[in-house]
Amino acid sequence: MAHATDTTGTEPTRRDFLMLTTGAFGAVGAAALVVPLLGQLAPDAQVVAAGAPIDLDLAPIAEGQAIKLFWRGKLIFVRNRTKKEIDEAKAVDVATLRDPQTDEQRTKAGHERYLVVYGNCTHLGCVPLGNAAGEPKGEFDGWFCPCHGSHYDSSGRIRKGPAPLNLPVPPYAFTADTKIKIG
Amino acid sequence: MSGHSTYQPKTGIERWLDARLPIVRLMHDSAVSYPVPRNLNLLWTFGGILVFMLVAQIITGVILAMHYTPNATMAFNSVEHIMRDVNFGWLLRYLHSNGASMFFVAVYIHIFRGLYYGSYKAPREVLWILGVIIFLLMMATAFMGYVLPWGQMSFWGATVITNLFSALPVIGETIVTFLWGGYSVDNPTLNRFFSLHFLLPFMIAGVVVLHIWALHHVGQNNPTGVEVKDVKKDTVPFTPYATIKDLFGMVCFMLVFAWFVFYQPNFMGHADNYIPANPASTPAHIVPEWYFLPFYAILRAIPDKLGGVLAMGGAIVILAFLPWIDTSKVKSMTYRPIARQFFWMFVLVCIGLGYLGAMPADEPYVTISRILTVLYFGFFVALALIGIFERPAPLPTSIADSVLGGSGARLGHATAAAPQAKG
Repeated sequence: MAHATDTTGTEPTRRDFLMLTTGAFGAVGAAALVVPLLGQLAPDAQVVAAGAPIDLDLAPIAEGQAIKLFWRGKLIFVRNRTKKEIDEAKAVDVATLRDPQTDEQRTKAGHERYLVVYGNCTHLGCVPLGNAAGEPKGEFDGWFCPCHGSHYDSSGRIRKGPAPLNLPVPPYAFTADTKIKIG
Repeated sequence: MSGHSTYQPKTGIERWLDARLPIVRLMHDSAVSYPVPRNLNLLWTFGGILVFMLVAQIITGVILAMHYTPNATMAFNSVEHIMRDVNFGWLLRYLHSNGASMFFVAVYIHIFRGLYYGSYKAPREVLWILGVIIFLLMMATAFMGYVLPWGQMSFWGATVITNLFSALPVIGETIVTFLWGGYSVDNPTLNRFFSLHFLLPFMIAGVVVLHIWALHHVGQNNPTGVEVKDVKKDTVPFTPYATIKDLFGMVCFMLVFAWFVFYQPNFMGHADNYIPANPASTPAHIVPEWYFLPFYAILRAIPDKLGGVLAMGGAIVILAFLPWIDTSKVKSMTYRPIARQFFWMFVLVCIGLGYLGAMPADEPYVTISRILTVLYFGFFVALALIGIFERPAPLPTSIADSVLGGSGARLGHATAAAPQAKG
């Protein structure tokens, strides 16, 4: 239509300019709608607020025992490792690991007894067995995931099975000799 | 194939409406006078059965939503409330939960029928792809519906399936957090799954309309795979022939459905789902619903997280490319001596994978799963190759010839019923 009254040949007209800019603004506006429409899916303020740091007293955890707790809705294992388990974790040649990490990188210096890791398998999120007495600990004295057969060692590192990564270590710090703050 | 409309409005009101909204004409042309190949067998009734199942699921589902509470602390109890307190609640819930299984029984028969008779080949590629889309939507709907009772299987099924997305590089973790609305499967997850579980069936209904539209535009395939050449000789009107036959198929199917609902309502479920969700403990052996088992077996067969997820997705998506993978021009496996054997092997492989998906992730199941996964994809490679060298059996010259034949020996069962239906 614009070209019907166009006298300058191929030169864009004022109407072409208006069409383009109007279209561009419309497209930007529609794209901007995506922000609230998708943004609402993200963790809401209440869920985020529930992620405040928590304090935990490790003293009641006997040697060889492990406990479960939740932080930010995620399961966390805290394990008081035996001498044998610590030695095994340290003896591994890191180069042979799927997700190479030394035991020192996964524990706090001076507190090697305690291993704190997220308690969901890095494959598809099941809870590995190995905390309670009598549960299978896998072939490496750590955890065994019953869903798809991943084995974790006594440092929570993936050793066998489909999981790609070690059990991640959540952010935490020792506030006293047997007290930690997670978060 | 739709051809010229034969609708003749008889009364004044019909003429008045037809000039303004020709909806009766549309119904007449697509469900009464619409010509269907005269040689369709009972496998062709599953399209109608699937429409029936979709409607049944929507009706029972909308009613269940009136009594269900989508909240992580109340969902489990509200389902028990439906089972114990709501009048006929037990019936409606069992119809809905078993209905999902029966829906998949019907869709798998429908898909294998399409595979056997080459219903995906030109000119039905778009019809077939729409079917694959419906299948994907059905899987998403069924998965989210299974999460709603918030039992142990619900919770851990949701955890495992949503974690599949974490396998994607870079954006995976963000996608999972956005799916969950938190840092683990929790109340926000349940709420959005409920909302989507309510929405998706209507999206399925929308794609079903497109599926039927595409079907009625190109016309139905048939057991010979030979296209209709003479509408008069090769086809019969949809009503009464196909209508009655579809109804007969539906009633038989409902008998099986009712047997499950009334005698074995929990046969296809898992006892663990009657334990409320516990995020601190995974059931010793988690398995998805039976209709996901073959794909679950493929997922577990690959010893790599991303690889497993891609193989599982690929096992479904590859179906959409089938029209271009299969190199043979002959549609029906009836006339393809080599491909037919591969087809039946493929059926066995799928059943085998289904069995393996229900087994624990130990040997020898893992190794067998790997072999069957290779065979699953091998079927598609075979279809691409067989078409090049296979010598198909001679095709009948027309649908009418295949039914009436020179000798009349093959006076088909499909047409044998026709005179009675007419009377």
